[in-house]
Amino acid sequence: MPHDTISRLAGAFIIAAGIAGSGGAALAKSGIVIGLQQEPTSLDPTTDATASIDGMLTHNVYESLTTVAENGEVLPDLAESWTVSADGLTYVFKLAPDVTYHDGSALDSADVLFSFARAMADDSVNPTKSIFAPIESVTAPDPLTVEIMLKKKDAFLLFNLAQGDASIVAEETAATNNTAPVGSGPFKFDSWTRGDRLKLAKYAAHRDAANVALETVEFRFISDPAAASASLLAEEIDAFPGFPAPELLPQFQADPRFRVNIGSTEGEVILAMNNSKPPFDDIRVRRAISYALNRAEIIDGAMYGQAVPIGSFYPPHGPAYVDLTGAYPHDVEKAKALFAEAGVAGATMTIRTPPFPYATRSAEIIQAELTAAGIDAKVENVEWGFWLDEVYKKQNYDMTIIAHTAPNDMSNFARGPKYFYGFDEPDFNDLWTRISEEADPAAREELLKEGQRYLTDQAVHGFLFQMPLLGVFKTGVEGFPASQPVLFTPLAGVHWK
Amino acid sequence: MAFFIFRRCVGFVLTLLAVSVVVFAVMNILPGDPALTILGLDASEDALAALRAQLGLNDPAPVRYVSWIVNAVQGDLGRSHSFGVPVFGLIGERLGMTVALAVSGMVVTVALALVMGIGAASNHRRFGDWGVMFLSQIGIAMPAFWLSILLVLLFAVKLRWLPPGGFPGWDDPVAAIRALILPTVALALVQSAVLARVTRSSALEVMRLDYVRTARASGFSRQRVLWRHVLPNALAPIVTIVGMQFASVVTGAIVIENVFYLPGLGRLIFQSIANRDLPTVQALVMMFAAIVVAANFIVDILYALIDPRLKGRM
Repeated sequence: MPHDTISRLAGAFIIAAGIAGSGGAALAKSGIVIGLQQEPTSLDPTTDATASIDGMLTHNVYESLTTVAENGEVLPDLAESWTVSADGLTYVFKLAPDVTYHDGSALDSADVLFSFARAMADDSVNPTKSIFAPIESVTAPDPLTVEIMLKKKDAFLLFNLAQGDASIVAEETAATNNTAPVGSGPFKFDSWTRGDRLKLAKYAAHRDAANVALETVEFRFISDPAAASASLLAEEIDAFPGFPAPELLPQFQADPRFRVNIGSTEGEVILAMNNSKPPFDDIRVRRAISYALNRAEIIDGAMYGQAVPIGSFYPPHGPAYVDLTGAYPHDVEKAKALFAEAGVAGATMTIRTPPFPYATRSAEIIQAELTAAGIDAKVENVEWGFWLDEVYKKQNYDMTIIAHTAPNDMSNFARGPKYFYGFDEPDFNDLWTRISEEADPAAREELLKEGQRYLTDQAVHGFLFQMPLLGVFKTGVEGFPASQPVLFTPLAGVHWK
Repeated sequence: MAFFIFRRCVGFVLTLLAVSVVVFAVMNILPGDPALTILGLDASEDALAALRAQLGLNDPAPVRYVSWIVNAVQGDLGRSHSFGVPVFGLIGERLGMTVALAVSGMVVTVALALVMGIGAASNHRRFGDWGVMFLSQIGIAMPAFWLSILLVLLFAVKLRWLPPGGFPGWDDPVAAIRALILPTVALALVQSAVLARVTRSSALEVMRLDYVRTARASGFSRQRVLWRHVLPNALAPIVTIVGMQFASVVTGAIVIENVFYLPGLGRLIFQSIANRDLPTVQALVMMFAAIVVAANFIVDILYALIDPRLKGRM
C-alpha cells in the first residue's frame, strides 16, 4: 500500500475513532527523552565500570574536581582553580564555595577526602583504581582547599580526576548511590524503573542553574537496534546519542525530522593478537596479518563506511595523532611471503569475537582476508562473560576484536605480560613512564607520537578503526557533544532550538 | 485425588531441587567472573579481589550452594551481585509486567484459536477452513521477533496508533493497556496459529461422532451443537496443548519484552546471565520452572473437570 494512502487511512481512523492518545507526543520542550542501548545494574560510577552509568550520571548528577571539554581540554568543576608545584608533585585545589548536594547538605573538602580515601582503600572496589595509584596523600587545610601529594609525577592526573570513578560523593549517601544517587551536579536523580527508564530533574540550587535549559531528562533503555530505530521514527524518544546501528542511519539522514551526527570517540578498535603465544610472538606473523588487512573493506562492511581508519593506537582527533595507516598497505602477496617466511603458511588461526556487531562483522571480513592470504582462519563468536574470562583474564586466545574506549589507554601496552595483549617490551614501558611524567604538553605530544610509531613498527595488533559516535537527534535538539573524549555526556548545555 | 495432589507436590519439590542443582552447576562451570563483569577492563587485581570477597565468591561452590538453599527455604533469595539489592524485590518489581503480558497473551491466544479452530471445523473443506489453515500455517512459520518488528513499523511508526514500546506503569491504565496491545498481539498471533489447528482437528474428530448427528437431527442449531456439544468433548487435547503452550508463552514473553523494551523478567534474565549474577539467575530459573510445573499440574486438574472418567485414574 502506498505511503500516503496508509497515512490518510490512519488520519481518518484517528479522527473517527478518537483514539489518538498521547503515545507519540514528546514531553514539553524543556524536557528530553534520550534512548540508551545499555542499561546499567548500578548507578554508582565509583563501584561499577558500566559505561552507561557515566553516560547518564557523571557530570550530570555527580561532579568531580575537574571536567573535560569536548576538545579534551581539562576545565574546572568542583575545583574552581588549582596550582601545581614546580616539581609537579603537589596539587592544591580551591573548591567552589556554597556547593550543596541534592539532599541539601554542604559539599566541602571533607567530602573530597572521604571520596579519595574510599577509592584508595585496601577494600576499595573502584573500577579504575589506577587513577589514584600515583597519589601519596590527600589533605584539607581548610573547608575549601584540598592538597594532593603525588608519589611520582602524573601528567594525566587532572584529566583522570574528571572521570566518574573520581566523583565526589558524601559519606552519608555513598552506600546507597547504587540505587538512589546523590550528587551535586546540575541534575538530580528522580526515579529509576529498572528495565525501562531513569528520570532526572534539574537541580535548581546548582551554581550554574541559570545556564541549564532542560527541566527534565528521561533515559529509556532500548537494547535492540530495530526497536531503537522504531522508537525514534515513532517520535517516542528525542535523541539517541549512541545509536547502535550504522546500517540504519541513511533513513534518518534522509528524513528532515532528524539530525544525524557522526563524531569520534576514544574507542580504538583493534584486532588484538596474543603476543605471548606462538606464532604471534613472531613479528613477521604480526606484520603479515597487518598486510593482509584491508581497512577500507572492513570499515565498509562492518561500519557501513562510518568510521575513520587507524594505523596505531591513538585517536585521530587527538592532538598528538600521526597517520600511520599507510605503514602496512593491503598487500596479499607480501602477507603470503611473510607467513611463508615465518613457517605458518596455511596455519589455523582463530578469532574469538565478543558479541558486539562491530566485532562480529569485522571478524567475518578479516576471516575472508586472512583466508585470501593463505591462512586457515576461523571465527568463534563468544558471549561477553566468556570473553572476559577466557580471552581477557586467562589469555586463552589467538586473536580477538575489541574497542578500547578509555582515554589515554596507550598505557595498556605497558601493563605487562599478564595483560591480555601478552605484550611486554621494556623499551615501551620506559617510554610510557616518560609520557606519564612529562608535564610539558608539547614534549608529551612528541613522546606520544613516538609511542604510536613504536606500536605500529612492532605491529603489536591489527589496528582497524576509531569507533565513531553515531547520534540521531530530533531536529531542534542541540548541545549534545559531537565527539566524546570521555565516557560522560554532559547535558547541562542541551536545549531545544 | 488427595494422594494424587500429594504425589504431584513431592514431584514439584524434587523438580525444583534438581533445577537448582543444574543451574548452580552450569553457572559455576560457565566461564565468567561476576567481579570482572562489574568492574570492567581497567580494574586492578586488588579491587577485583576485594569485590569477590564482598560478594562471597571465595567460598567453595558446595558451601555457597548449601547456604543459598538454606536461605532460599527461609524465603531469603539473597542479594543480586550486580544490582546490589535483594533478589526478591528485584523479581517482584518485574513480575507484574511479565504476568500481565503472559496472561493477556494466553487469553487472546485461546480466544482466537477457539474461534478460528471451530470456525474452520464447521466450514470443513470450504473457503473458511482453507483460509484459517493458510493463515495458521503462516503464523506457525513466522518468528515472533520478526512479526513484532512488522507490527511496530505499521502501527507505531506508520499509523501512530500505538506506542512502539516501553511501559508507562499502571498509574495510567489507558496508557498501560495501549502499551500492552502490540506485544500481546505479537505473542498471541503466533501461539494461536498452533492452537487453532489443534482445535480444528479435535473438533472435526468429534463432529464425526453419532451423537452430534443426533443432536443436529433433534433440531438443535448448528452453532449450539458446535459450542455446547462438540467443543466440551473436543477440549481435552486443546487443554493439553494450552498447558504446553503456557510455557512457550512465558518464554515468548521474554523475547517480546526485548523487542518492545518492556520492564519484565525477560530483560532481567538476559542481563543477569550476561553479568554472571548467580543469585538472580538462580531465582529466575527456579521461578520459571515452578511456573511450568504448576501449569502442567493445573492441566491435570482440568482434565478431571473436563472428563469425569479420568477422576478415578488419578
